[in-house]
Amino acid sequence: MVDISTTLSGIKLDNPVIPASGTFGFGYEFADYYDINILGSISFKGTTAEPRFGNPTPRIAECTEGLINSVGLQNPGVEKVVNEELPHLAKFYKKPLIANISGFSLDEYKLCAEKMDAVDQVGIIEVNISCPNVHGGGISFGTNAAAAASVAKTVRSVTNKPVYIKLTPNVTDITEIARAVEAEGADGISMINTLLGMRINLKTKKPVIANKMGGFSGPAIFPVACRMIYQVYEAVNIPIIGMGGVRSADDVIELMLAGASAVQVGAENLVNPYACKDIIEALPEACEKYGINKLSDIIGGAH
Amino acid sequence: MNKGIYKIIENKCIAPMVYKMVLSGDVSHITAPGQFINIALEGFYLRRPISVHDVDREAGTVTVIYKVVGRGTEAMMNMTEGELDVLTGLGNGFDTSLSGDHAVVIGGGVGVPPMFLLAKELIAEGKKVTAILGFNKKEEIFCEDDFKAIGADVIVATADGSYGVKGFVTNALETVEAPTFYYACGPEPMLKALYNASELDGQLSFEERMGCGFGACMGCSCKTKYGNKRICKEGPVLRKGEIIW
Repeated sequence: MVDISTTLSGIKLDNPVIPASGTFGFGYEFADYYDINILGSISFKGTTAEPRFGNPTPRIAECTEGLINSVGLQNPGVEKVVNEELPHLAKFYKKPLIANISGFSLDEYKLCAEKMDAVDQVGIIEVNISCPNVHGGGISFGTNAAAAASVAKTVRSVTNKPVYIKLTPNVTDITEIARAVEAEGADGISMINTLLGMRINLKTKKPVIANKMGGFSGPAIFPVACRMIYQVYEAVNIPIIGMGGVRSADDVIELMLAGASAVQVGAENLVNPYACKDIIEALPEACEKYGINKLSDIIGGAH
Repeated sequence: MNKGIYKIIENKCIAPMVYKMVLSGDVSHITAPGQFINIALEGFYLRRPISVHDVDREAGTVTVIYKVVGRGTEAMMNMTEGELDVLTGLGNGFDTSLSGDHAVVIGGGVGVPPMFLLAKELIAEGKKVTAILGFNKKEEIFCEDDFKAIGADVIVATADGSYGVKGFVTNALETVEAPTFYYACGPEPMLKALYNASELDGQLSFEERMGCGFGACMGCSCKTKYGNKRICKEGPVLRKGEIIW
């Protein structure tokens, strides 16, 4: 019997498979398709202080082995998430959740983190730092080590729950950002967020997406994710939740060998609503195939 | 929603660059006219959402009619056999209980196909149905005989006047006597023109570029008078009174 459990900051997960934020709503809608309680955890839809409609449509562009999205953090706002969405999800999912929060200022991160800190269902707070800082000239928090560190420090100061910083790959040296957030008390790292991309419609000769650019995800970015996780694993001593184009049990094993303690599945949920279930069910056999008795033993095994 | 493997029974050209595909498989999740199916195509990452034209519950087949508009539908047009991974029963379809006793079903171009199953169900409920089918020109017309065969009164409108009523579906709607409700699917300018041209209440089916097609990604959101809705989940059919242009 293969042991596919893993641990994130003391929280034991039955398996390392977690649907990634923004690809799984608030989870309960997938309960129509299968028992979502099999999931290792759920990283729910990125939540901001205020309700957001998000960006204009079209928000989606297809790519070879992936897609670009520019949803723009559409969500009902932290109050409604805490008071309505999470209690509804609690009917279907009984394990600790990963609360994905976003902000356009340090105050917004602080507010969202405080609200999530008070929710028993939340096991980990995952902080998306890819948003532009409205007080910093619109430059993303995640592309500057000092700005990223300031978010980590702010969130760390208002919660006792583990804080995972979700890193953007759109930087020169991701290890510098990883070290900076670790130094300010981050308990872990989620990586990678989407790669900035664009498609142009040859008929209209204009960008497909209304917002012109968006986040590129899907199997095409898997090698980039694998490489960056490998690099960050060597740079820090905190656990990594790996993600980026994962669509199979083999992919999960590969990112864990690179250094991930758990793995999120994103884009694949959008083309196969059963993606996480399929991967979880395939993991034991895949482990046996590669001679793995205890999956967590292989974390960072490629180094 | 159901995810299943569907066998291609037929795939034939019925008008220039317009194809009719019949798929065999579990159709039990298709519960209302105006819903769509989402087809996975080899070599393409995202599925192709296509509205349901007809369902044969006894034979277990679902029919879609699609226009070749890009690389995905180009790949589809050459398929003659084989199996496809399809999600069925997606979206919130038309509500036949709203129709009153004389429903007008209005389709423009590739907005025509979903109106067929709707017309069929309305007629089965004993209602009078007038079908207005809008096309650019005579050569592009399809499905006219199908609507006639199920007992609908059919008015074809062509923009260039080469067949039927000259002009748009709005011009044709003016000629319908005592309609009680309308249902429409077509390009957004057509829907907006209908919305503005008639006092009649109706349900309108919208199109948007989708990521997943089942409500997970928020790619196709729109604003309505009653809050944000997802075209793939709460739509594609919206009630006239909730639409914000």
